[in-house]
Amino acid sequence: MTATTTREPRPPAAGEGGDEPILRLRGVGKEFFGNSVLRDIDLDVRPGEVHALVGENGAGKSTLMKIIAGVHRPDGGTIELDGETTTFASPLAAQHAGVSTVFQEFNLLPERSVAENVYLGREPRRAGLVDRRRMHADTTALLADLGLSGLASWTRVGSLSVAQQQIVEIVKAVSYDARIISMDEPTAALADQEVELLYELVHRLKERGVAILYVSHRLKEIFDLCDTITVLKDGNHVLTTPTADIDPDRLVRTMVGRDFAGYFPDKDPSTVPGEVRLALEGVGNTQVDDVSIEVRAGEIVALAGLQGSGRTEIAHGIFGIAGFTRGRVLVGGKPVDVRSPRQAVRAGLALVTEDRKAEGLALGQSILANARLVLDAVVPGQADRRAKRIPGILSSLELVASSQEAEVQYLSGGNQQKVVLAKWLVTDPQVIVLDEPTRGIDVGAKRAVYDLMRELTASGVAVLFISSELPEVVAMADRVLVMRDGRLAGELPAGSDEETVMALATGAGEDTSGEHVRVDLGALADADDLPGAEPGDASGPPPATAPALDPHDHDGPKEDR
Amino acid sequence: MSTAVATAAPTARRAPARRRRLGSTEIVYLALVGILVIAGVLVAVGGGNLFSTANTAYMLTQTSLLGFVAIGQTFAILCKSLDLSVGYVVALSSIVGATTMAGDPSRVWLGVLAAVGVAAAVGLVNGLVIAKLRVNAFIATLGVGLIIKGYLDTQFKGPAGEVPASFQMFGYTRVGPVPVSTIVMLLVAAVGVVLLTRTRPGYHMFAVGGNTDVARLSGIRTDRTLVLAHVLCSVCAGVAGLLIAARFGTGNALVYSYGLDLDSIAAVVLGGTLLMGGRGSIVGTVGGVLILAVLDTVFNVLDVDPFFKDVLRGVIIIAAVALYARRQIDPASSRARFRPTRTGGASA
Repeated sequence: MTATTTREPRPPAAGEGGDEPILRLRGVGKEFFGNSVLRDIDLDVRPGEVHALVGENGAGKSTLMKIIAGVHRPDGGTIELDGETTTFASPLAAQHAGVSTVFQEFNLLPERSVAENVYLGREPRRAGLVDRRRMHADTTALLADLGLSGLASWTRVGSLSVAQQQIVEIVKAVSYDARIISMDEPTAALADQEVELLYELVHRLKERGVAILYVSHRLKEIFDLCDTITVLKDGNHVLTTPTADIDPDRLVRTMVGRDFAGYFPDKDPSTVPGEVRLALEGVGNTQVDDVSIEVRAGEIVALAGLQGSGRTEIAHGIFGIAGFTRGRVLVGGKPVDVRSPRQAVRAGLALVTEDRKAEGLALGQSILANARLVLDAVVPGQADRRAKRIPGILSSLELVASSQEAEVQYLSGGNQQKVVLAKWLVTDPQVIVLDEPTRGIDVGAKRAVYDLMRELTASGVAVLFISSELPEVVAMADRVLVMRDGRLAGELPAGSDEETVMALATGAGEDTSGEHVRVDLGALADADDLPGAEPGDASGPPPATAPALDPHDHDGPKEDR
Repeated sequence: MSTAVATAAPTARRAPARRRRLGSTEIVYLALVGILVIAGVLVAVGGGNLFSTANTAYMLTQTSLLGFVAIGQTFAILCKSLDLSVGYVVALSSIVGATTMAGDPSRVWLGVLAAVGVAAAVGLVNGLVIAKLRVNAFIATLGVGLIIKGYLDTQFKGPAGEVPASFQMFGYTRVGPVPVSTIVMLLVAAVGVVLLTRTRPGYHMFAVGGNTDVARLSGIRTDRTLVLAHVLCSVCAGVAGLLIAARFGTGNALVYSYGLDLDSIAAVVLGGTLLMGGRGSIVGTVGGVLILAVLDTVFNVLDVDPFFKDVLRGVIIIAAVALYARRQIDPASSRARFRPTRTGGASA
């Protein structure tokens, strides 16, 4: 901690783990309404250690994190901080004790600046007035200290990317002199490239002796980042092990008792792509340009790319949310002019949106009401008759709920997503666009989504699949289209590896990015030699509007992260 | 390498983000200038002078009355609350002030204190009902307003109390064409600006309005902040009541029918403050008040039918807020990657 922050620096902790734990949990348990959700949990967190907390949704990770954050109080067991038994009366008390938590929902004010957010509630004062100069200077120093000098203290948080907002959250935690920072799925909303930013920051925090409790569904990150892994299952502590002593297959088996090999369902060989169901011909608007895509019946086409590369904008364009102003859209071979989601539904389209809670569900309504939403809105006369299929669809998706009258806000993320899927399936779409359908849901529910995608294609539906998780893109797609800076950067066949997709998405090794490049199999081996535009062709997009990534800072495909 | 990545985006976005942020207040004042020019020309065509001393004074007097109320309303709306009782508070405090003064010059300060004190008490009740009883602000302040209305209607059939001549100066004295009341209003505005942009309670109002949970998790006493905003709101309305008393020479219960409650909300929103809270400024509010006052003066000078006047005011308020809403809904347009042209936008 530098002298510029508002409180006294603490003595720096010794580098790597091995010394006394800062935080020690013994026999912690928690019940909600008589349901035991955590039983007898032991956990040691040491300075400079990145400690992964893994387990399926419902395993108790979130509850454990909330206990450590001071949101919940444990019903049993003890929490020791620096060897002294404590209880955190509130999140704020935990924060002042040096335990900060970065939740998935950002605790930031989008209309306020970075500095105002970091020092919210403890603005430095001079003569009774807020000392803005000092607040900005301290924030700038803190950012520089964490290697984030590119982030300006006066930038409005709402104008930052998701990754940068997350970083502001972490900076805020550091400004509290946090010695333990818990992160709840910090990469859930980030594309792979942005994850790099987070990795960098985690490493810096580690060097400073901060202990990090890292909750994630992404195995790759756990193995890349974490020193120690603790597995929870059904509220019980199953295993704590150094990362070096376990491999991903065994970890997945420990978490779910399921083999990693069968993680993605295989394609049914009898499913052959049929006629073109959805065709975009040179579509564009202010966010995307000159995009041509064909999706055939029975085909899964993945749309990959970095956060902000225009994938969601394509989905929104197709569905008439922010329509295209150029080019043509054809559904089932006929040109359609979709100007609203309602027209999209009538044309036989379905869109599972990226943000389930804000755009996919009426949270205070029942499962059944949600599943009927589209029917009621678009074909009210037939809604009752067609809604009879909903229970069958829900049970085939293996929805777990006490009844169909349960309000969806009380369901887990995975079950909520199943309700969203049911809502669209009952409309019998010709084309379904899935925007990040597995974000923030547990392994079992992910598997259900993958199975569903296979079933849909087997019955002749065309699937456009937008995802930031490269493993699922590569495993599920018949073809992978990669977007970069609002344009298609290229197309890859099934079976391409993650590195190739990433290279296209980042524009690694390319000087010009204005051309739609079709990569043939022979060129895949050497991504540096992708056919680009003519030398001297100045048709590339303006670099100033690029997302959180400058292609020229990268000299090759991502490797061994 | 990743550090470099972090630097790329904010540099690219900083400029447009800052420009957009400054825009809100700027637009209000640009609109004000535009309206002044158009109005000046319209009045000149009719053979008058919008900027004559009499017209300017009228305009500014209108400004100060609504100004006090709207400045107060800004605090409430910034906290994602609102106050529908301000009209009744104005009426109540005009009566409390005038009856306390009872025509005695030595009791002027006592009357001022009483009026402001009663207003503050009403604000405290508003704030506590909203913060502690968790009653929606709309309903809470409507209810408190009705209670005051009932009291006023039963106790005061007409004017009540008497304001000494020395205090009537507050209503009528001018420095050049500028009424003293306007100067006082601008001073109150200045205090409000400092409060919002330079003090912790002000910062915390933005936080409470932006996201109450975030504010609470950051250790802000959100209830206290909300109550403070409502007390300030009512106190400002109380000062407006004193201005009414100074102008009329007595307190008057019927002032509540002036529509100051909704006008103040209109002025605040016209001034670029989000009705959803978390963003806004006093400077913008003063601009919004000026726009409404200019319109009012012009309509008066041009002798516009009062009903048609309301139609025009309604249209202008809706148009302005629709303009802001467009800017809100479409933040992406300012970050447009491709120009909406037919030719493909490659040559940006």
